[in-house]
Amino acid sequence: MRPVGIIALRELADGLRNRRVIATTLLMATLALTLALLGSAPTGTVGVSALGVTVVGLSSLTIFLVPLIALLIAHDAIAGELDRGTMTLLLSYPDARWQVLAGKFIGHVLILGIATVLGYGIAGLALAYSSPVAEAGAAAAFAAMVGTSILLGAAFLALGYVISVSVRDPRTAAGLAMGAWLFFVLIYDMALLGILVADQGQSLTVGILNLLLLANPTDIYRLLNLTSVSNTSLLSGMAGLTDQVRLDRITLFAGLVAWIAVPLVAAGAIFARRQI
Amino acid sequence: MNSTVAMLEAVSKRYGRHRAIERVDFTMRAGERVALVGHNGAGKSTLIKLMLGLIRPSEGCVEVLGADPGSRASGVARRSIGFLPENVVFHPSATGAELLAFYARLKRQPVASNPALLERVGIADAASRRVGTYSKGMRQRLGLAQALIGRPRVLLLDEPTTGLDPALRQSFYRIVGELAADGAAVLLSSHALAELENTTDRVVVLDHGLVVADGALTELRRRSEAPTRIRVTLTDAHAAIGPGLPRGNIAWARISDVVWEASCPELAKVEALRDILGTALPLADIAVIPPSLDQIYAGFLDRKAAE
Repeated sequence: MRPVGIIALRELADGLRNRRVIATTLLMATLALTLALLGSAPTGTVGVSALGVTVVGLSSLTIFLVPLIALLIAHDAIAGELDRGTMTLLLSYPDARWQVLAGKFIGHVLILGIATVLGYGIAGLALAYSSPVAEAGAAAAFAAMVGTSILLGAAFLALGYVISVSVRDPRTAAGLAMGAWLFFVLIYDMALLGILVADQGQSLTVGILNLLLLANPTDIYRLLNLTSVSNTSLLSGMAGLTDQVRLDRITLFAGLVAWIAVPLVAAGAIFARRQI
Repeated sequence: MNSTVAMLEAVSKRYGRHRAIERVDFTMRAGERVALVGHNGAGKSTLIKLMLGLIRPSEGCVEVLGADPGSRASGVARRSIGFLPENVVFHPSATGAELLAFYARLKRQPVASNPALLERVGIADAASRRVGTYSKGMRQRLGLAQALIGRPRVLLLDEPTTGLDPALRQSFYRIVGELAADGAAVLLSSHALAELENTTDRVVVLDHGLVVADGALTELRRRSEAPTRIRVTLTDAHAAIGPGLPRGNIAWARISDVVWEASCPELAKVEALRDILGTALPLADIAVIPPSLDQIYAGFLDRKAAE
């Protein structure tokens, strides 16, 4: 395991040095604070938790932002280093290729994790400070949101590696990564919605809908966060869907973990066979 | 000192229909400095990558330090292999010392011996500077320092002197000489042929994936049949070298008023000189210009093309 740790630390150090961590943290903190402060304004003193509203807002933000950041980091991980010659050098060292990939993955998850915890943590603390009376469970929902955000990021890191190990040119990898982002974050849900409307419940059963939702990590994330607390599901307009979708949290969680593990193993297998 | 450390037997590597390497037999012994020569795309980098196990041969077998470099068992052997890739771009925001420490840890070598390595390649002063501020020569030397981690027994250097100025090249070849004297086998690829004279023990010429020549420089020079030129400067512009010579079959051409030149095979060189010295010509200077490596190389390629 030693080489994995060495490579992970190098990735983290590089991330800190080239200001990737700080830039990501600042971006997330700024957007989160904006959402938190604007989002808490309409709730006034009616009794709806500001933190609950913020969880909904931040979850929607995460679905756009975190996959984008993860793919930006991951698409270059192998293809870019191959292009610069450092990967050829690294692979001439005694370590196995899976160790190189595992080290990079851990390092990149750490980068993403630090940025998410700090960026969203700042917003959470600011809210807790400004409106101390929080709904019960709101803090737990917030913590779960941060945790699942990191898992969502890890899933897209793994997807990015699959792209990065499969192509030779880092620019091709960048293009494919943007395509993956568009597909999973925008196109998939729109297409699903369109099909549901057109189908009018004729042939699409709940079972198929469940599978279709599990087939996209952003939907799993959405279900995990926007339906967790009754309040948040009402606020997010997901209440109607929750009645239909019968996926318990363990299934959803397992689905998200599978979206990390399967692409990661696939990337490792492609990388092991790759001719450098 | 002359145990075999690397061996390729009937190795071929094909990418689809393209033949990068075709039935190459090649061995390297400890303490040997071998130059791999060939134009771009001749298969130099492919050969090095095969020896590193980065790619697997389509046919034949490769063995470096007693292990197949592509196998899982090669991990230990790889600790004793130093490699300098062509055009490596290190992370620009790390310092030289940090980068070298990273590579030393990966090779399970003490980081404490890194300053000595940086000193050896001559960039100790820049150790704490970011690599982004390094010149091309300094980056290349950092790459060499990386290849020297852990006193490797086999060094594979892919175009190590490209872009270095003459002084740096000299210091580079001095280090290569020291390594070989220490018992390491050094393989370096190059297309700057002139600098390989006196700096390598053996030259392997690759062309379109085939080894067209393999041997010591003097031997290659003899086998290539590239002509040696003899240039004679006379003191008198009215004198002429030519018909009066006993060995009339060497054609002398007038380059300028007093300078004459003849091309002759390597083996006829001594006879030709004897002829010139045996006459009463007013000699000012005689220069014998052996064929350059470039000419030898061109000779091999011509002969191959003619076959």
